[in-house]
Amino acid sequence: MKNIHYSELAGRSIGYWLLLAFLGVLVAAGLGASWYMEHNGHIVTGMNNQIVWGTPHVFAVFLIVAASGALNVASIASVFGRALYKPLSRLSGLLAIALLAGGLAVLVLDLGRPDRLIVAMTYYNFKSIFAWNIILYTGFFAIVAVYLWMMFERRMNAYSKPAGMVAFIWRLTLTTGTGSIFGFLVAREAYDSAVLAPMFIIMSFSFGLAIFLLVLMAAYGWSGRPLGDAVLRRLKNLLGVFVAAVLYFVVVYHLTNLYMTGRHDVERFILLEGGVYTQMFWIDQILLGSVVPLFLLFHPKLGKSRWMIAIASILVIFGGLAQMYVLIIGGQAYPQLMFPGMEVSSLFGDGQVAKYVPSPPEVLLGIGGFGIALAMVVAAIKVLPFLPTSLADQDVDPHQAAKTDAPAKAAATA
Amino acid sequence: MSMNRRDFLAAGGAAVAGTALLPGLKLIELAQARSPDEAVTSLHRWGLLIDASQCATGCDACVTACHEENGVTDEGNPATDAQWIRKVTLKDKQTGFVQTLPMMCLHCEHPPCVDVCPTGASFKRADGIVLVDKHICIGCRYCMMACPYKARSFIHENITDQKHNAPRGKGTVESCTLCVHKVDRGDGTTACAEACTKEGHQAILFGDLKDPNSEISMRLAAQPSKQIRADLGLNTGVRYQNI
Repeated sequence: MKNIHYSELAGRSIGYWLLLAFLGVLVAAGLGASWYMEHNGHIVTGMNNQIVWGTPHVFAVFLIVAASGALNVASIASVFGRALYKPLSRLSGLLAIALLAGGLAVLVLDLGRPDRLIVAMTYYNFKSIFAWNIILYTGFFAIVAVYLWMMFERRMNAYSKPAGMVAFIWRLTLTTGTGSIFGFLVAREAYDSAVLAPMFIIMSFSFGLAIFLLVLMAAYGWSGRPLGDAVLRRLKNLLGVFVAAVLYFVVVYHLTNLYMTGRHDVERFILLEGGVYTQMFWIDQILLGSVVPLFLLFHPKLGKSRWMIAIASILVIFGGLAQMYVLIIGGQAYPQLMFPGMEVSSLFGDGQVAKYVPSPPEVLLGIGGFGIALAMVVAAIKVLPFLPTSLADQDVDPHQAAKTDAPAKAAATA
Repeated sequence: MSMNRRDFLAAGGAAVAGTALLPGLKLIELAQARSPDEAVTSLHRWGLLIDASQCATGCDACVTACHEENGVTDEGNPATDAQWIRKVTLKDKQTGFVQTLPMMCLHCEHPPCVDVCPTGASFKRADGIVLVDKHICIGCRYCMMACPYKARSFIHENITDQKHNAPRGKGTVESCTLCVHKVDRGDGTTACAEACTKEGHQAILFGDLKDPNSEISMRLAAQPSKQIRADLGLNTGVRYQNI
């Protein structure tokens, strides 16, 4: 295999600065929304004392989950030794850090007292999964940064495999932690399931890879660098496998609940009678977010089209956000069971499905998180050599290279 | 009005004795209260016993009294207004029997809100009262996700007219304090229990679950009672009867 040559984005294209400016506007809108929310209090959002985690959490958890998944591409290269993925490792590490930063920014800016972040960093209750996560997230930044350094610095290259191994184990732990935020909530029937932790891991594989594919295609398409079909085909097939695996976990999760008579009501709510949540589950999460992408990615003709791969990736992201919405907000909307066998009512919404409508500031804050992540990537690939100069088939695929080299060698010897 | 010498001396003696003794009696009361320097001890566990059969439909004296005592104001937004205590109506799906009862923080021995709080702002005192330290609450609302009883409220907007005994702040979480300021003062009751008694309903009884001679302990030992969501094994400090 040829040596991979990496380089910064060159040139002074207007398009680059326009893209950065556009992302800057998203970031500014997100920050403005957060200032508005903090200034007036959460009264200006759709959140209330029943739906305590709203749209910002949907975006934040999605981005955090996707962050650990984006690192997978690098893990496949350094942990599992797949040469084809090696040139993609730097971008994979960068995207992981950027997505986590975006997600955490949203999470922190949605706190009631974001000014007390320092309190969260200095007071720890080690029984809290949130507290573990604070350590897992900061550790993730540090480990991936070291991992990237090992990849960048030629004399440290030899250590990139053990660093990649540590990062891989850490990211599995991190996503287990994120899934357990919900999985360990015994008080709410829609959560309280150990299957959420592995489900979040496989969701991270899927969402992270979908974002990676889009960023890769955009970066190479817009900068005019060659991107061969070999890399794309491998990645899109992998995405298809991950989407199917998420679907499998969703089925197992609901079947488990359906088997328990006590959980029939919450399942009826999500799957049949939950209004917007039921629609989001079947149409957005299952149909548009899983079935259609699977069809596009594995269709013998459509699966070869870059446009279709891009559309499938966008749908996976859209479906992932819908899945988070159904899980996080649908799970809270369903009334908490305190008195089995009783019809419960009160002035505080006991026994009723809680109402929630996302407000513009919440949505802007969430999108601002995407803006932060993407702006970091766009800026970083300009100043540091994250991207290989070419990902053309003969440059990345050992078999392709052998095929194209063979006639050349034959000609040379002849 | 005329007063003979004998009556005058008797009244005067009583007045002197009263002025001499009253401060003494007051001192006894003060001595029974916990001084601010004195640590809370696990020799007590404060709790409530709520008799649903005594709770009157349509009466919300406990809610009014609690919110008055603690400065919990009605901002006109039921979905976001703080609810330290609320009246819940239950209707048996099989029999149609209807009853009401108050719900508040149940002051669990193993509170899920304390488990999940990342900073330790949610905490349980040695005497079993579960509180929020408003100084280190970051407003993440994880405790609200974890509470099985919907007992906690997030402050969604600026609030004014706070009571000095119950400081509150926008962006933090709060809930029933079991009138901790009254407990520490040695009042021996809570605003809700007082109000209920005053209404003549006797549905709420405050007391020390660790004192075998307290009325609450004796009633719990002699009569059936239950914990809400006993399946979670939280050992609530607030117990219910006749649900």
